[in-house]
Amino acid sequence: MTQMIKNKTKEQGMTLIVKTVTRLVINVVFLYGIYIVLQSHTSPGGGFAGGVIIALSFILLMLAFGKDAVLKKLNRSKAIFIMSLAAVIFLFISIMGFITDQHRIETIPFSDIAGAFMVGMGLFVIFWALIRSTEGKE
Amino acid sequence: MSLYFLCFILFCVGLYCLLRKRNIIKIIIGLGIIEYSVNMFLILIGYRTNGRAPIFARNQEISNMVDPLPQALCLTTIVIGLSITLLVVGLAVRIYEKYGTFDITKIRRLKG
Amino acid sequence: MELHLILIFMICASIVAVRTKDLISSVIALSAAGLGLCLAFLILKAPNLAMTQLVVEILCVIVLIRGTINKDLPLVKDGRWLFNTVSTLVFIALFLTLIFLVLKELPRFGEPLMRVSGEYIANGFKKTGSANLVSAITLRFRGYDALGEVAILFAAAIGVLAITRRKGRLHDSNDKK
Repeated sequence: MTQMIKNKTKEQGMTLIVKTVTRLVINVVFLYGIYIVLQSHTSPGGGFAGGVIIALSFILLMLAFGKDAVLKKLNRSKAIFIMSLAAVIFLFISIMGFITDQHRIETIPFSDIAGAFMVGMGLFVIFWALIRSTEGKE
Repeated sequence: MSLYFLCFILFCVGLYCLLRKRNIIKIIIGLGIIEYSVNMFLILIGYRTNGRAPIFARNQEISNMVDPLPQALCLTTIVIGLSITLLVVGLAVRIYEKYGTFDITKIRRLKG
Repeated sequence: MELHLILIFMICASIVAVRTKDLISSVIALSAAGLGLCLAFLILKAPNLAMTQLVVEILCVIVLIRGTINKDLPLVKDGRWLFNTVSTLVFIALFLTLIFLVLKELPRFGEPLMRVSGEYIANGFKKTGSANLVSAITLRFRGYDALGEVAILFAAAIGVLAITRRKGRLHDSNDKK
């Protein structure tokens, strides 16, 4: 079994069935992640779960079509830039509790969105680093 | 009380795996089992019999909610467990690259 | 009753995960234990945590299989069998005695101490405007918990990037010469 999977990863992506199903499903997965982030203050969900679902949609693309297809759209430095910017925005929203009267401002959706960007891009970068480290040797 | 005790038995299985096994992937699995048991224990402490989920509805009469504070702490715990797992997997992959084995007793020499 | 069944299922899955020789089946048994935990969260009225646990479980399985799939399985033969087993059992016995001392002081199952969170429940909706109390607590009442969580994830991302780097900068410049 491991031999089979090794062959598949070498030829840049999986079979035609996986690619077709991924093309059909990937938009719905991404949209579901955004939905979970945006409705988290009224029903179950949250910034973290939504961010992980967004990262999983990128990971699905990366597993089905190979590494280069995703990195063409979202390269590494852009992902790290978005991650750091979202972390700084989250820090700013948290520090605003010192400065202003926080009860007047509705901050929960903003911190959810910033956390989702941070988590999604961070997990994408981590997975990309692990894949690069395991594949580079052969 | 018996639920607490089963939870601690789960913790003991994870502790055995963590202390006894010598494969790095098995050690990561032991860490995961311990994390599951701790999360379960936190939520078990906050449960109230016949309670309802801590989400306000439009027209509710009963206010018999379960304790929301352990759930908030447990959310943080899950995130930290995920971060630890990813970091340790990165370390394990790196160690395999350097030494060619997962056995922790064979990793003795310093390789530059 | 169903909680007992789920916990016993989780214990069995963990024992299978500990005992099997094959690494991939071990990872899959671990994920079965995680799905049992997700079901237990649903029964214990924590839908937020159930969703998060399900998603995190899938990510963990993908990463662990990706980490183990290309590796051969080294057959680990245990040396010093007696010493290792006895020391492990001593640790477990110590843990169980400490737990037995503590177990009387815990609140009984089904009757939590609501000293802090009574205030959150009473006027959480008025103060935050968020119907989901768990989200309100993590992001508003205890907002610095969420800040620390994001900081830890950021540190993990930076750490993985630094650990899995191919070559140092010094090596690169040496190779060019």
